[in-house]
Amino acid sequence: MSRTPLDTVEHAAATPDVELPWAELGLKKDEYERVVEILGRRPTGAELAMYSVMWSEHCSYKSSKVHLRQFGEKAPESDAMLVGIGENAGVVDVGQGYAVTFKVESHNHPSYVEPYQGAATGVGGIVRDIIAMGARPVAVVDPLRFGAADHPDTKRVLPGVVAGIGGYGNCLGLPNIGGEVVFDACYQGNPLVNAGAIGVMRHEDIHLAKASGAGNKVILYGARTGGDGIGGASILASETFDDAKPSKRPAVQVGDPFQEKLLIECTLEAFAEKLVVGIQDLGAAGLSCATSELASNGSGGMRVTLDDVPLRDSTLSPEEILMSESQERMCAVVEPEKVDRFLEICEKWDVIATVIGEVTDGDRLEIYWHGGKIVDVDPRTVAHEGPVYERPYARPEWQDALQADDANKLPRPQSAEELRAQVLKLVASPNQASKKWITQQYDHFVQGNTVLAMPEDSGMIRVDEETGLGVALATDGNGRYAKLDPYAGAQLALAEAYRNVATTGAKPLAVSDCLNFGSPEDPAVMWQFAEAVRGLADGCLQLGTPVTGGNVSLYNQTGEAAIHPTPVVAVLGVIDDVARRTPVAFQEEGQLLYLLGDTREEFGGSAWSQVVHDHLGGLPPKVDLERERLLAEILISASRDGMIDSAHDLSDGGLVQAVVESALLSGKGARLVVPDGLDAFTFLLSESAGRAIVAVPRSEEVRFTDMCGARGLPATRVGVVDGDTVEVQGEFALPLAELREAHEATIPALLA
Amino acid sequence: MTARIGVVTFPGSLDDRDTQRAIRLAGAEPVALWHKDKDLKQVDAVVLCGGFSYGDYLRAGAIARFSPVMDTLVDQARAGLPVLGICNGFQILTEAHLLPGAMLGNDHLHFICRDQKLRVENAETAWTADYTAGQEIHIPLKNMDGRYVADEYTLDELEAEGRVAFRYLDVNPNGSLRDIAGVTNEAGNVVGLMPHPEHATEPLIGTGRTDGLPFFTSILKKLVTA
Repeated sequence: MSRTPLDTVEHAAATPDVELPWAELGLKKDEYERVVEILGRRPTGAELAMYSVMWSEHCSYKSSKVHLRQFGEKAPESDAMLVGIGENAGVVDVGQGYAVTFKVESHNHPSYVEPYQGAATGVGGIVRDIIAMGARPVAVVDPLRFGAADHPDTKRVLPGVVAGIGGYGNCLGLPNIGGEVVFDACYQGNPLVNAGAIGVMRHEDIHLAKASGAGNKVILYGARTGGDGIGGASILASETFDDAKPSKRPAVQVGDPFQEKLLIECTLEAFAEKLVVGIQDLGAAGLSCATSELASNGSGGMRVTLDDVPLRDSTLSPEEILMSESQERMCAVVEPEKVDRFLEICEKWDVIATVIGEVTDGDRLEIYWHGGKIVDVDPRTVAHEGPVYERPYARPEWQDALQADDANKLPRPQSAEELRAQVLKLVASPNQASKKWITQQYDHFVQGNTVLAMPEDSGMIRVDEETGLGVALATDGNGRYAKLDPYAGAQLALAEAYRNVATTGAKPLAVSDCLNFGSPEDPAVMWQFAEAVRGLADGCLQLGTPVTGGNVSLYNQTGEAAIHPTPVVAVLGVIDDVARRTPVAFQEEGQLLYLLGDTREEFGGSAWSQVVHDHLGGLPPKVDLERERLLAEILISASRDGMIDSAHDLSDGGLVQAVVESALLSGKGARLVVPDGLDAFTFLLSESAGRAIVAVPRSEEVRFTDMCGARGLPATRVGVVDGDTVEVQGEFALPLAELREAHEATIPALLA
Repeated sequence: MTARIGVVTFPGSLDDRDTQRAIRLAGAEPVALWHKDKDLKQVDAVVLCGGFSYGDYLRAGAIARFSPVMDTLVDQARAGLPVLGICNGFQILTEAHLLPGAMLGNDHLHFICRDQKLRVENAETAWTADYTAGQEIHIPLKNMDGRYVADEYTLDELEAEGRVAFRYLDVNPNGSLRDIAGVTNEAGNVVGLMPHPEHATEPLIGTGRTDGLPFFTSILKKLVTA
C-alpha cells in the first residue's frame, strides 16, 4: 500500500517544484511568491493554509489598513482609553474602577448564504471577543440592513437572521438592547448583519491576546474542531458573490449557543482565579489565527501538536484543522502549575479542554502532525506582516450628477391634506415603521440590568447596583447620506450615535465602527471608503471620542452593483446614575415640547425623499460637530438636573417621526405649532442634524431656556404634550389610533 | 432571622443571578445550588430559574429533570419544600411531574419577549399569598416554548381545584390552553409559570414595574412566620 508522504517542512524543502493550490485558497500570485520569499522555500500545505486565511482581506485588512491608520494618527486625547485598536476589542475606563469593552463586527456574507447560522455565529464571535478581554458580556446590539422590504428574498433572509440572533443571543443570556433595521434595494443580495457587544470588568481584570513565558501551556478549550467554516474568512468574506461559482454554504459555520454559554462561565471563572496569562478566541481563521496572533504578540515562540486537537471528524487533514472556523472555541496560555486547576474548571462546566502546545524560547511558531514538523514560520509574518495594498481610488464620475440632483427641488405637498397623507405614509414606511415584530424576538430583560432598550435612542445597562453607574450604547449609519457624500455620511453616522447616547443622558466616551463597503478593487468604492474613514477619523478627533476598534467588511457587492457605502458607528457613553436616564416616551400631559438646534431645508437623502419620491440625490444634511457637542452637553446637564422628562433625537423622518414615536410609546399625544420662520413641511420633515426634541416640565421651563440661552443653543417652544392626537395647529390632526395602526402594521404584514 | 432560598444553576441557566437579586431585594438570603450537587444546603425553599438548561436539547427541561440536584428536590418538594419554577424552571417541573401538563413551542413559532398582563387566579399558594385573587399584574414574558398544554380531563381538574395560578390577559402570547400562564400543585407549595417575576422587581430596570416582587415577599413571610 502506498501513501502520500506528509508534507513536512523537510519535505517542502526537498520538493520545491510541487504545485500548491494557492489560487483556490484565495491567494494572488504575488502574495504566494511573497510567502515563498519569506520562508526561503515553498510553503507546506499547512503553512499555505495558514497564510491564505490570515492574509485574506477579512483577517489582514490589506486594502483598508493604509486608511485605518488615521484612527490612530488622529486619535483625540482621552483619559478613558485603556486598551486601543489591535486587541480583540478596545477597553474604556468608565469610572469607579470599572472598564468597559465593546466592539461591532460584521457577519454579512455568511448571513446571506445561511441567514440563521450566519447571524447566530456573528453574535457568538463578537461575544467571544468580549470574553477574551477578560470581561463579562452584558449586552448585544444588532444593526441590520436588508434589501427592499417587499422583495421576496428579504422574506427569506430577514426572518432567518432575526431568529438566528435571537436563538443565539437569548440562549447566552445577553439582553439585546439596540441596533437598527434598515431596508434598501441596494442591500438586496448583500444584507448587512452587524453585531455589537458590550462587556464589563474591573480594571485589574483586563486580559490580552499574547503568549508569554517559555514553558507556559497552550490550552484549546470549548467545542471540538470540525469541518465547518473552512475558508470562511478567505473564501466567503473576501470575495464578491458570483453565480458561476459553486455554493459557499459549507463555508458557513454552525453555532451552538449552549456551548458558548458554558465557555463564558468557565472562562470568567478561570479569570477570577487568575489562571490565565493570555487568551484568544477562535473566530475567523480558527487555529491559524489564534496560534499566530498569540505567538506574535508574546515574547517567545510556540510549539503546537496538532494531533492533540479534539476533533469532531477524525478524517480532517491538518490543513483543515488549521483553517476550520468551528465555533465556541478559545485558546488560553496558562502557567504549568495552574494547568490542573484550569482543566478542573473546564470539567466543572463540561467543557473539553486540551493542552495542545507550549510557549517556547525561540521566535518560531512550530506545528507538528504525526511527528513531523508541518509548520515552521515567524508568526509575525502570518499575523501582522501580510500584504498591504494602496488600492487606487477615484471620485466616481457620477458623484457630481448625483449631488446636483437636488432633493430640495422635489415637489412638496401643496395642501394640509397632502402633508397629512405624506406624514402618514412616512411613519408607515418600512424604514420608519415600528420594528417591534423583530425586537420582541430578542430577550431585553435577562441579567436584570437593562435600563433602556430599543426603541429608545440608546440602550442602557446598569453596571453597579449600589451606585447606579451605567453605560449606554447607540449604533447608527445612513447609507443614503454616505452615498451622497461619504465624508459627511460617516460624520453624520457618528453624530447621530453620539447624539443618541447624549439624548438618554449619558456622556459619549468612545467609538467602535463597522465599515461596510463594496469591492476595494473598484476605485469608486475605494474612494468612498477612503472618504468615510477620513470623515470618521476627523469627526472623532473633533468630538474627542477615540475609535477603540472595529471591523471592515468589503466585497459587499454582487457583480458591478455595490451597496451604498455604509459606515455603521457605535458610540459608548457613561452615566453616573441610571436613575437620571431620559426616555423617549412622553411622561406627563402639559409638559412643553422644545426643539433644540436649527432647522434648515435639508431633504437630500431624507426618508421623505425616499418614501414619497423614491429619490436619492443632492447633499446630505450639513454637519456641525461643535453644535453636536453643545447639544449633547445641554441634554446631559438637563437630564442630570431634572429639567427634562423625555427626549428624542431627530434624524431620519425628521421632527414628526420623533414626535409620533414619543407619542405612541406613551399613549399621550402632542399639539405642535409651526414656529416662526419655518413652513410646516420643513418643520416636520427636514432632517437637519444636531437637533433633538425634549419635553420640559412647566416648573423647569425658565431654568431650561436660560441654560440654553446662556450656552447659545437655539431652543424653540414648538408644542405641548396633550390629548390623543398628534396635531399640527392650522394643518392637520392624526389620532394616535390611526398612527399606531399605520406605524405598527407594516412589518408584520410584510414578514409575519 | 431570614429565610434561605436556593437558586439552582444548571448548565445553560440564565436568570440565576437575577433570581438571587430578586430574593435579596425581598429581604431573604439567596443560596446558590449546583446541578451536579444533590445537597440542597438545607434551604427553606428553591427557585428553578429561567434559561436553556442543557441547551434545551431534546426538549425544554427534559435533561435537567435527570440531574443529581433534581433527585433530592423532587423528594423534598413532595414532602412540602416550597419550589417555584420560572420559565425553564416551570418546564423542568412539568418534566419532573411535580406539576401537570407540558410545554410546547409557541404557536407562532417565534421567541417572544413582551411585558405580559396576567391575572392572579390563586393567591393562596406559598408563592402568591401577597397578591389578591383576581389581581391584574404585568410580568415580562420571554420564551420559545411557552405553550401550556394538558389533556381536557387534567385542565378541568386544575380549574375545579383552583390550581390555575395565573392566566394571560389581553393577549394569549403563545397559544396556551385556557390562557394558562402558571399552575400550582395540590398542596400549593410547588408553583410554575412562564413569565419572569424576577425581572419585575426594580422600578428602574426592565419594564420599570415591581409587580413580580410579591412572589418573593410571599415566600419570605410564609417561611419566617412558619
